[in-house]
Amino acid sequence: MSDTREPAGKKQRVIISAASKPTLPRHMRLWHDKTRGRWTILAPERIFRLDVIAATVLERCDGARTVDAIAQELAASYITPKDRILADIIALLQELADKGVVRA
Amino acid sequence: MGLLAELTHRCPLQCPYCSNPLALERVAGELPTEVWLDVLAQAAELGVLQLHLSGGEPTVRRDLEEIVAQAAKVGLYSNLITAAVLLTEQRLEALAACGLDHVQISLQDTDPASADRIARYQGGHAKKLAAARSVRALGLALTLNVPIHRQNIANLPEFIDLAENAGAQRLEVAHVQYYGWALKNRQALMPTRDQVLRSADLVARARERLKGILVIDFVVPDYYARRPKPCMGGWGRGIVCITPSGKVLPCHAAQSLPGLVFDNVCDKSLRDIWHGSEAFQKYRGTGWMCEPCRSCEFRERDWGGCRCQAFAFTGEAVLADPACDKSPHHPAFTRTGADEAAAPPPEFVFRSPGAATRQSGTD
Repeated sequence: MSDTREPAGKKQRVIISAASKPTLPRHMRLWHDKTRGRWTILAPERIFRLDVIAATVLERCDGARTVDAIAQELAASYITPKDRILADIIALLQELADKGVVRA
Repeated sequence: MGLLAELTHRCPLQCPYCSNPLALERVAGELPTEVWLDVLAQAAELGVLQLHLSGGEPTVRRDLEEIVAQAAKVGLYSNLITAAVLLTEQRLEALAACGLDHVQISLQDTDPASADRIARYQGGHAKKLAAARSVRALGLALTLNVPIHRQNIANLPEFIDLAENAGAQRLEVAHVQYYGWALKNRQALMPTRDQVLRSADLVARARERLKGILVIDFVVPDYYARRPKPCMGGWGRGIVCITPSGKVLPCHAAQSLPGLVFDNVCDKSLRDIWHGSEAFQKYRGTGWMCEPCRSCEFRERDWGGCRCQAFAFTGEAVLADPACDKSPHHPAFTRTGADEAAAPPPEFVFRSPGAATRQSGTD
């Protein structure tokens, strides 16, 4: 497991690429909401609702796997060419990085 | 769904826009630890996901660690909303070890002398900045919350720089909302329409520049709005507030409304109160509405706005929030904001037990 503490000091915008190793900082919690039967991210003063694909991607964001490797795994389980989903995953993770949900 | 737990009304600060009611609850009536622990378990069971530990100043409670640990145990995301002047690095470390997820620190201004004057606490600003550094040094996420009004709005660019340099994850630029103490001090706090528009523009530009670096939330003041805000996301829809003595409210200001009776967690289960209590049913949904809300296309978006504001300004809690331009009271409401912003600011009535009813001159 990678260090999920947020580094101190001024930050820079994270740019997600196929080689990035994304992870969720400690204050972003991937959580299955049993009452409503859906995956969410619990964040400061926010709750992000996730669809199944986003939850599947975020489960794999452990700071060790690259975005490319995550795309590879999903391609295998959904029997889809990797290249078709890699761009979508990068776009999803970039959007989440801009909201502070993911870092790399 | 979120739970706002006002653990105590005690606070070392005396900010004149405090969101606590004018009648502050006393320490003798505060819920004991075991009741809070049970309430958190009930809340998680009911479907609450996030816990906001607030006050007053929640860190004056010596059992805060136990409460945070219980939140972690039952799966609630915990957010500590603090003035931070009592928050040492050791205490933060202990709270982090208990599973605290996030810390929110309020700032009164960027200029230390002005900040300490507004909070009426000498040296407070420096202590807050030190606590913010400790939060970040421990690897905890930090939100800085800045209540904005006519006496600090000029420093908004400095607030944004401060948050960026502090390495905060989030900045809440919150124009003061005029209930309770803030309503009492409205003329001393109300900015002009121009100032509000400029602040919105500043925030929009900072958001673009700080994308991926700092999340900025912006709360606008109602007095220059055209549409009301969906107060609390709608009455009894997603937020439950519990006062220090255990009263369960649909909104932390709900006690300002006449004729509502609030159940207590000591007498009934949170589930029963949420689903069945009279206070939660009273303004839930749209059935209680009258015109112009009843037939309005936005009725399930803003839920008629704020009941407390409707009552405070019109004398009737069931009327439309006067922030809405469909309300017949809207022109007078907007004029009130503009007139007070144009007049010189009076002295603050600082928050303290009894201050709201004390005659001026005897303070």
